[in-house]
Amino acid sequence: MNSIVFTHTFRFIILALLQVLVLSHINFLGYINPYLYILFILLYPLKNNRVIFILVSFLLGLTIDTFLDSGGVHAAASVTIAFIRPFILKFSFGAVYDHQTMKFGNVEFGSKLTYIAILTLIHHFILFSLEFFNFYKIILILQNTLFSSIFTIILCLLTTIIFSRRN
Amino acid sequence: MQQIINFIIRNKSFLLYLLLFSIAMVFTIQSHSYHKSKFINSANFLSGGIYNSVNNVSEYMHLRKQNELLQQENNQLKSLLYNKTDSINKTFVDTVYSGVSYKFSPAVVIKNSYSSNNNVLLINRGKRDSIKQDFGVISPKGLVGIVDNTSKKYATVISVLNTNSRISAKLKKSNHFGSLVWNGKSPYLVQLTEIPKIAPITAGDTIITSGRSSIFPKDIPIGTIDSYTLDASQNYYIIHVRLFNDMTSLEHVYVIENKDAEEINALINNTNE
Repeated sequence: MNSIVFTHTFRFIILALLQVLVLSHINFLGYINPYLYILFILLYPLKNNRVIFILVSFLLGLTIDTFLDSGGVHAAASVTIAFIRPFILKFSFGAVYDHQTMKFGNVEFGSKLTYIAILTLIHHFILFSLEFFNFYKIILILQNTLFSSIFTIILCLLTTIIFSRRN
Repeated sequence: MQQIINFIIRNKSFLLYLLLFSIAMVFTIQSHSYHKSKFINSANFLSGGIYNSVNNVSEYMHLRKQNELLQQENNQLKSLLYNKTDSINKTFVDTVYSGVSYKFSPAVVIKNSYSSNNNVLLINRGKRDSIKQDFGVISPKGLVGIVDNTSKKYATVISVLNTNSRISAKLKKSNHFGSLVWNGKSPYLVQLTEIPKIAPITAGDTIITSGRSSIFPKDIPIGTIDSYTLDASQNYYIIHVRLFNDMTSLEHVYVIENKDAEEINALINNTNE
C-alpha cells in the first residue's frame, strides 16, 4: 500500500515538473504542445477512493495552472476527466473492467487506445474552450484540440510502452 | 432531513466534482479579466523558485545573443551620451528621460510564454525590490508588458501578447493615437486599433508609446506597420504592427516606475467622480 502511494506521489511530481519545464515550451509549429501530465489521471489505480481521486486530480490541474499562469483551465479539465473516467473505462474495456481483474499492463492495445484517446480529447476540448473563452473561436478551439490531442496520445502511448517493459 | 443527507452521501463524488469544477471556473474567469488573478499565479515562492533555478542553467545557452543585444543597446546609449550637439542643445529638455519622474530597474525574465492566448511572463524582481502592480516593463528593443502580481522575490508581467492587455500607442509621424491589443494569432504581430481614417499611414511607419497613460513614458519604440485594414465601421484603421522585440527570446528587461503615477491617477479619479 505504501509503495503505491509513494509511486503515485513520485509520478505526480515528475509529470508536473516535466509538463511545466519542458513540454509546455515545445510550441511545435508555433502553438502545439502535448499535455502528458494527464497520464497520471489515466493510470491512477482502478480500485480507488473516488473522492480522493477527484481531489488529487484537481490538485494536479491547479499545480499546472499555477506554473503556467492559466487561471483554472487545467484544473477544470483534469477534474472533469477524473470524474468521467469510470464511465469511459466501462465503455472501452467492457467486461474486463467489470470483473475487476484488469491491469493496464495486460489489456488489448485497441481498447487502451480508445480509452486514452477519448479522455485526451475531452480534456483538451475543455482546456482550449476555457482558454479561448469565446464561442466565435470554435474553429480555432477544435483545431487546437485535434492537433494537441494527436501529440498527447502518441506521447502517452510511447510512455506507457517504454515504462511497462521495465517492470 | 435524513433524505437530504442520504442524497448527499450517495452523490458525494458528483457534488464534489461540481464544487471543484466551479472553483476552477472562478479562477478561469478571474484570469480573463484584467488584474484579477489574485490566487493562482506563478509569482510565488515555489514556482518562482523552481523557474529561477532552471533559468540559472538555461540562460547560458543564450549568453552570446544576449551579449550582442546588450552591446547594441550600450552602443546606442553611448551615441546619445557623446553626441554633444544632441545632448547640450539646451533649448529642448527631454523631461521624460532626464527628469526624475521615471525610475528604471533591471530584471531577468525567468519564464517566457508566447504560444497561448493570455501570455504571462515571470521576472526575478518583486516587492523586495519595490516592484508594484502597473509598473511598465521594456526590453532594450521595445515594449514588453505591464506588471500584474508581485510576491516577495518575483513578479508576473502581462505581456503585450495577452488578449486582455491594452496599451496606449501612437504613430511617430503624425501623433495619432490608439490602443495596442493582440488578437492571439502571431507572436510577432500586435494590432493597433482606434486610429482614425484621416491619419496618413503607410507600411513601415514606426509606432511608439504615447505617454498618455501613467505606465510608460512616451517615445518607447514598439514596432513598424506591417499592414492595415479598415474596421467594421469603416471609420478606424486596424493596423498590424510588427514588433521590434522578439517576444520569443526575452532575457534582460527593465522595469519602469513612474514616480508621479499615484498623483496622476488620484487626479484622474477625482475628476471622474
